[in-house]
Amino acid sequence: MAAPALLVEHLDLAYRTEGGRLHALRDVSLEVAPGEIVGIVGESGCGKSSLIQAILRLMPTNARIERGRIALAGTDLLQLDPEAMRKLRGDRISVVFQDPMTALNPVLSIGRQMMDIQYRRSGGQAAKRARAVEMLRRVRLPDPERRLNQFPHEFSGGMRQRIAIAMALMAEPALLIADEPTTALDATLELATIELLKTLQREIGCAILFVSHHLGVIAELCDRVNVMYAGEVVETGDIRSVFHNPRHPYTQRLLACDPARMAERSRRLPTIPGDLPDLVNLPTGCVFADRCPAVFEPCRQAPPDFYPLAGDRAARCYLAREEVAP
Amino acid sequence: MLTYAAKRLGLAVAVVAVVIAVLFLMIYIIPGDPLSVALGPRANPALVEALRQRMGLDQPFYIQLLRFYSSVLTGNLGNDVLSEEPVLNIILTLLPYTLALIFGAMSWSILIGIPLGCLSAMYPGSLLDRITAVLSVSVIAVPAFVIAVYALLVFSIWLRWFPAIGAGNGFLDQVYHLVLPSLALGLGWVGYIARMLRASILEVQGENHVRTARAFGLSENKVIFDYVLRIAVLPTLTVLGIGIGQLLSSAVFAEIVFARPGIGKLVYDAILTRNYPIVSGTVLVTTFFFVLVNVVADLMIAWLDPRVRHGLQR
Amino acid sequence: MSEPLGAVGLVLVVAVVLVAIFAGVVARHSPIALAPIDRFQAPSEAHLMGTDNLGRDLFARVVYGSRIALSISLGATLLSLLLGVTTGLIAGYGPRWLDNALLLVFDALKSFPTVMLALALVTLVGPSLQAVILVVIISAAPSYARMARTQTLSVRHAEFVLAERSLGAGSGRIIATHILPNIIGPILIVASMDIPVVVAIEAGMSFLGLGVRPPTPSWGSILNDGFSYIRESPWPVIAGGLPIIITTLGFTFLGEALRDTFDPKRSGSR
Repeated sequence: MAAPALLVEHLDLAYRTEGGRLHALRDVSLEVAPGEIVGIVGESGCGKSSLIQAILRLMPTNARIERGRIALAGTDLLQLDPEAMRKLRGDRISVVFQDPMTALNPVLSIGRQMMDIQYRRSGGQAAKRARAVEMLRRVRLPDPERRLNQFPHEFSGGMRQRIAIAMALMAEPALLIADEPTTALDATLELATIELLKTLQREIGCAILFVSHHLGVIAELCDRVNVMYAGEVVETGDIRSVFHNPRHPYTQRLLACDPARMAERSRRLPTIPGDLPDLVNLPTGCVFADRCPAVFEPCRQAPPDFYPLAGDRAARCYLAREEVAP
Repeated sequence: MLTYAAKRLGLAVAVVAVVIAVLFLMIYIIPGDPLSVALGPRANPALVEALRQRMGLDQPFYIQLLRFYSSVLTGNLGNDVLSEEPVLNIILTLLPYTLALIFGAMSWSILIGIPLGCLSAMYPGSLLDRITAVLSVSVIAVPAFVIAVYALLVFSIWLRWFPAIGAGNGFLDQVYHLVLPSLALGLGWVGYIARMLRASILEVQGENHVRTARAFGLSENKVIFDYVLRIAVLPTLTVLGIGIGQLLSSAVFAEIVFARPGIGKLVYDAILTRNYPIVSGTVLVTTFFFVLVNVVADLMIAWLDPRVRHGLQR
Repeated sequence: MSEPLGAVGLVLVVAVVLVAIFAGVVARHSPIALAPIDRFQAPSEAHLMGTDNLGRDLFARVVYGSRIALSISLGATLLSLLLGVTTGLIAGYGPRWLDNALLLVFDALKSFPTVMLALALVTLVGPSLQAVILVVIISAAPSYARMARTQTLSVRHAEFVLAERSLGAGSGRIIATHILPNIIGPILIVASMDIPVVVAIEAGMSFLGLGVRPPTPSWGSILNDGFSYIRESPWPVIAGGLPIIITTLGFTFLGEALRDTFDPKRSGSR
């Protein structure tokens, strides 16, 4: 069996801050098979950004990976020296970021930027230019030959995001990380962008790690999903099962709060009461205990393990353990 | 780019035209005989008469203004009252000395200021960074002529490391004479440019497009030059353009303090001796030069930053 | 970074102001009394900073010079503020062509070489206090005018203003309630950062002999006199330059600290 496109095992990441050590990621494990689209769902502060930075190894200077393993198509990323890691970026692994308005260099033309990132490829300027034009055509940017000489501010947000996708997929990477790529776009653009991603993914066959807090988009696009809360993966499984039958209370609340799912009209939108825990001084038990409607005795004593469930699913909850253990 | 350049040049021409008109107005509205103002009370009568006829003072106002324009444009800025040499020639002979001084000052500030700014940005909070920060605020606050006088006192008179007077003969000697005055002028700008560049670099480094560049594995050198510095340097260029104006002012002081030839000293002496054609001629040439430098700076920025040239078109 | 510097600035400024107010007490000699026999003395008990080329006590001249420096800078800045804000209001309220014309003038004047301006003006009005004030006004007023104009323009078309006008509020009231209060803060901060520049202009013009006439002890003219005799004695030069340095540094540090306090994201030292 081929090595997974991305394999994260028991990743611990902490930031050294003035207030102490901030445990941003704890025992994070996830897997993306080649050609699979895997989603990460979670609210702000769940650790999505830290995870992406860790995978890319573009973390701020006060961040430390304390434990764990990250492998890209079999290559252990944490063992690589910085130069080797740099060579992988944009080639075997690439990113589309959230904000299309600021993600591109404002003083260089699109063409120049698209050719810059091809520095690894041999061949002359003409070949690289042709590749760029071809890629822009594939993301359905009109008149790519001419527009290659234009600057980012001459494109709309939606177009810029398509350019970003074109840049990310130009090298046909093994893994594409999409960090909330449609959050900044309006609904119609969002749909079109997701369709585009689906099409290209089919054509190129890359794996996608798709981060979002928009449940509808995740449901539309992903094969499997990981739910994150406060630096931990709390539930994982294939998209259908998790969304129809969530096993972790947080996932259940998250789905219940999705306005698109509300069965009846009501004046108040449901929320999850309470706040995120303090990641510097973590509670002794389960990190969701304070806000959990199903909290019971073992929850506050020690954090639960990631218990496997039927059908390649898992949940970090004592309730799940009850199911599994005889 | 061309459209922007054309618009910018048009603006510059307009400014110069306005200044010429204002100058003419100043001469015109002064109570008393405009000729004595233009030539000063020392002018000899034959010259006065010739000028009266040439200026056509009996003509209506706008005709006089037009004649003034045409004479300026043909390079006739009048004649020195005492020596009767054409003002333009006198100015052009001395202008290179002043330009050398300004260029020297600018070089000091760029050669020291830019690396200092980059280093401060690379090691924020370090001792170097903090010292630069304090010095940058301090030195530019102190007027250039005070620095010049103290520099003269310490380095020329007490230590005798540098000459105190004149511009020197021969290339090396001239450079030697240029060191102290240009340093005195440029010192203030060293700190200012370093600080500006540091702030720019730190700001740009945090921006998303730099993150994108790194995420695509571009080499650190490429990221720094094309994605950070190329943008960070823009505010510094703007500042340099403005700085030329200030440097021109300070150059006058440096020329007087170090007894160097140049248009600063020229115009200063001219005021004391009531040699007014020199004064108005110098003001004109200075304005022209100043506008020119600003246009060049603006064009350079527009060339580097496409947002600027499109902004103006829209 | 700016806090200790700001404190230093405050101390220096307060010192200068106190010296100016209590000049008579602080200076033990007259600033203009001539005593040619005592010329070029080094600092001593009798003459804290020595004497100049005419035997005048340098310390006394410096102390009284502070009055000149402060009164001129504060006065000229005030005038520039008045003129600048008024012109800015006119530019913002008036017709488009006037606005464009004034903008052109502001931009052209703002970075015009000050010395050239000073020289040109002195040609017209002669070396004098008036010339200094005129130069300051022409150099400083444009920035204030721009700020007033921007605020006027943004307020003029705001919805709540249109609402008020439909209720009969006149321009005067609009200016007083919506424009002036919003620009006072930022303009004062800019003005406080301009003061060292104004002090420098006054000192510079006096140094060139284009400012206040002798024997008024402006620091610039002390420096100028000292400069003529720099080879005879360094003390007049030191005496003339030192207060200029102290005052400009003090006001600059204070101004920077003030600006950082009220607009922390602009501080470039972080």
